[in-house]
Parts: sequence; C-alpha cells; structure tokens
Amino acid sequence: MTDVVVTGLGATTPLGGDVASTWDALLAGRSGVSRITDDWASEFPAKLVARLAQEPAEQIDRVRARRLDRSQQVAVIAAEQAWRESGAADAGVAPERVAVVFGTGIGGALTLLGQDDVLEAKGPKRVSPFTIPMLMPNGPAAAVGLAVGARGGVHAPVSACASGAEAIRWGLDLLRFDRADVVLVGGAEACVHPLPMAGFAAMRAMSTRNDEPERASRPFDKARDGFVLGEGAAALVLERADSARARGAQVHARLAGAGATADGYDLVAPHPEGEGAGRAISAALRDAGLSATEVGHVNAHATSTPVGDTAEAAAIRDSVGEHVLVTATKSQTGHLLGAAGALESVFTILALRDQVVPATANLDDPDDDAAVQALDIVRREPRKASFTAAVNDSFGFGGHNIALVFTSA
Amino acid sequence: MSEDIQAGLAEILEEVAGVAPADATPEKSFTEDLDVDSLSMVEIATAVEDKFGVAIPDDELGNIKTVGDAISFIQKNQ
Repeated sequence: MTDVVVTGLGATTPLGGDVASTWDALLAGRSGVSRITDDWASEFPAKLVARLAQEPAEQIDRVRARRLDRSQQVAVIAAEQAWRESGAADAGVAPERVAVVFGTGIGGALTLLGQDDVLEAKGPKRVSPFTIPMLMPNGPAAAVGLAVGARGGVHAPVSACASGAEAIRWGLDLLRFDRADVVLVGGAEACVHPLPMAGFAAMRAMSTRNDEPERASRPFDKARDGFVLGEGAAALVLERADSARARGAQVHARLAGAGATADGYDLVAPHPEGEGAGRAISAALRDAGLSATEVGHVNAHATSTPVGDTAEAAAIRDSVGEHVLVTATKSQTGHLLGAAGALESVFTILALRDQVVPATANLDDPDDDAAVQALDIVRREPRKASFTAAVNDSFGFGGHNIALVFTSA
Repeated sequence: MSEDIQAGLAEILEEVAGVAPADATPEKSFTEDLDVDSLSMVEIATAVEDKFGVAIPDDELGNIKTVGDAISFIQKNQ
C-alpha cells in the first residue's frame, strides 16, 4: 500500500491564529468559548460561541478578503500556513499534480444571510455580484485551490461535521490512486449568525450554560448539555512518503489509514451504541494494517451532547478497547463543524509528535454510562504517554462516520 | 469637474479593487491595466450610482473600458 505522510499543518482557531499558538493554548487548558454580547442574542436560549482568536482581517489583505466569505478567508489562512510549512511550492511540484480537498459543513452562510438582508432592504440590483461564489459550499476549496495554484483537481466533500475528516480521507485516496503528487486537505467553518444559532438551538443541540462560558463544553461529563458553536479552519499537506523523502521534506506523521461508514439509522441522531462509528474505526484500522491494541490514543469527536458522547464511547470501547487514552478537545475549542475533523487531526498528529494527550476540559464527573466509565479519558491535565498510532473520529448529521489513523513518522 | 469625478472614481477603485489612487488615471484600462474583473466592474457601477447618482445600464457597462470612459459617461449623464 502507498505510504502517505503529512508534511505541512495550518490552522486558525478559537485558541490561536496558527498551529503553534493553538496547540500551546490547548495544552495550557485555555478555553476559546465566550458569551455573545450582541443584542440579537439577548432572547436566544444558547448564547455561547467560540470565536476566532485572531480576526481574519489581521491575516489577509483587505481587497482579497472582501470577495471571500469568512469561511473562505479562514480556509485560505490555514491552507497557506500548511502550504508554506510543507515547502512544496519551493520544491517545484507541478501545479497539475497538486490537488485540493477542502470541506465545510454549512458553507457561506454569512454571505447568504447578509445578502438576503440587502435584498430585503434595497432590492435585487444591490445584491453583490460575489454572492454566489461566496456562498457556494465548494467556495473554501476553490479559494484554497486558487491561493496555491492547484490545477490537479479541487474537491469539496460536504458531510456536516465529518466534512474536514472526509477531506483527509479523499486526499489519502487521491494519492493512493496516483491522481496527484501533493494534496492540500482540510476543513473550514464560519457561521456564527443568529439563524444557524437558532436552528441548532431549536434542535436542543447547544449548551445553555450561559453563565459559565468556559465550562459549557464538557464532553463525557454528567452535566453536559450540548455543544458550543465554533469557527475556524485547519489544513494539512499530504504526499507520498517516497517523494516527500526525496525532496527532503519534514514529516509530521503518516496518514496510515481511513474508514468511512454510514449509520443508516437516523438523519440526525447517532446510533445509540455507535454501531456505524465503531465500524468506521475498525475499517480505518484494517486499512492501516494495525490491530486495535497498537492504538494508544483517540481524539474523540465528542461534542458534549448527551446522546452523541455515550454512543461514541461505546464505539471506541468496542472497536479499539479500554486501554486507549481518549481526549475530547472540543471542550476547549468548541465545535468547528466542518473544520472539526481537520483541526482534531492536527491535534492527533501533534499528540503523536509530542507524546502527550491533551486533557478533556470540564470533565469533572464522568457520565455513569458503562462505556464512558470503562474508557481512560484524560482529564485535569495533559498526560505524557508513549504511543505510535492514534485515531481521530468524526461524525456528521446524516449518519456520516469517518475515522482516520495516524502513526509516528 | 472631471478632476472631482476622477478623484471620486479613484476612491471607488481603491475600495473595491485595491487600486492605488495615483494609478486611476484616464488612459488606464480597467481590465488590462488595473486588473479589475467583470464582477468587480458590477460593484464599481453600483458604487458610481451611489456616489454620483448616475446609473450605468448593463449594455453601457461593456463599453466602459478605461477610467476616462467612465469619467465621460458620468459627466454626460450627471
């Protein structure tokens, strides 16, 4: 099987404007969650959000930014960081052999809703000519492709909160099928706006712990009551190990395998025993040629919803076992929806590199659920450990399940 | 008069397309010299209507190739 490695990382998140500051803040236990003070939120049941630590305007030229939706801005910021770090451009990779796979859960919601306001207030002639390219769900992928001059195909998987992880899986396949030599993959999301907030709140999916923002996202905790919406993007550069080695690229980790399944159970609710999620993890391990006992760490999708976390705990216990060190980093970043799988893959890779598992914040009182009780979920402070393989899970509304396996470089 | 229009147009070009005001001179072609694409031209037309009270119909927009063309059109229709 073709060996695929990660040679570049990028991110802009509620914890920091790049990978290093985000990772430092994560290990330091900082929270990216705050309470919305805008007037519109006053009547909202859920008033919490994890906004970007650094505004895109600080990282991207004004004229360039004005024709990119916020989701495209963060995609470009993260992707350019990863691209620069990989050194692929300097190595003279042919643009026709560079591909992009970049997902989003919601797409250009801020543009769609903002231009709808313009339409209502001023009429159709005042709607921006950039409305469509800014709201289309392939917008982040297209903007990234243009930013790095990729001509080997630009793709945009859309599978709700699994989109970012799905992009990584597609990237792996493109390299295995020799469709490209370098693939820039990732996910982006920026939809903090009354409508998505109201929609998620109407599903009773969001935390209403409004008086304790930093303690609201608490995966696996008995008192969890929903997720906190986050915004940001993360990106990875993937390439085949032989060509990365040939050009002397730094290698962060191997992307050893991927698994994708569907629950076939409900449009929104996860299968209660995490059947599809567990099958995705097992498929990813088979794909990587690893046994469950070789996996030392799982970065869980765990969003802090009552049903989702216990279903995933069962999936991890049944497919990997009780020996793994589990963490749920959404406790500090909030839920970046279509960017979550990419960001948590970055965390999984850094955990492998630094041999440390970040703590799950706010896990004061683990749920009584048998699977949650059985797992070794790292809490209170990061834990040093020795491991060579780690799994990142991602799930999305629609019953999408993606598992990715990374191993030490 | 045409200097005022040129200055106003330069402001619009800077805002919409990042064109340095000193570059917005009458002989410059929007697409060839100033790198303004067709969608940005639509934005510029909207901004011209706001600033000068002159609407540029779609069939006229295609005939406006240079900054000078835009100045003349605004002058004629103001």
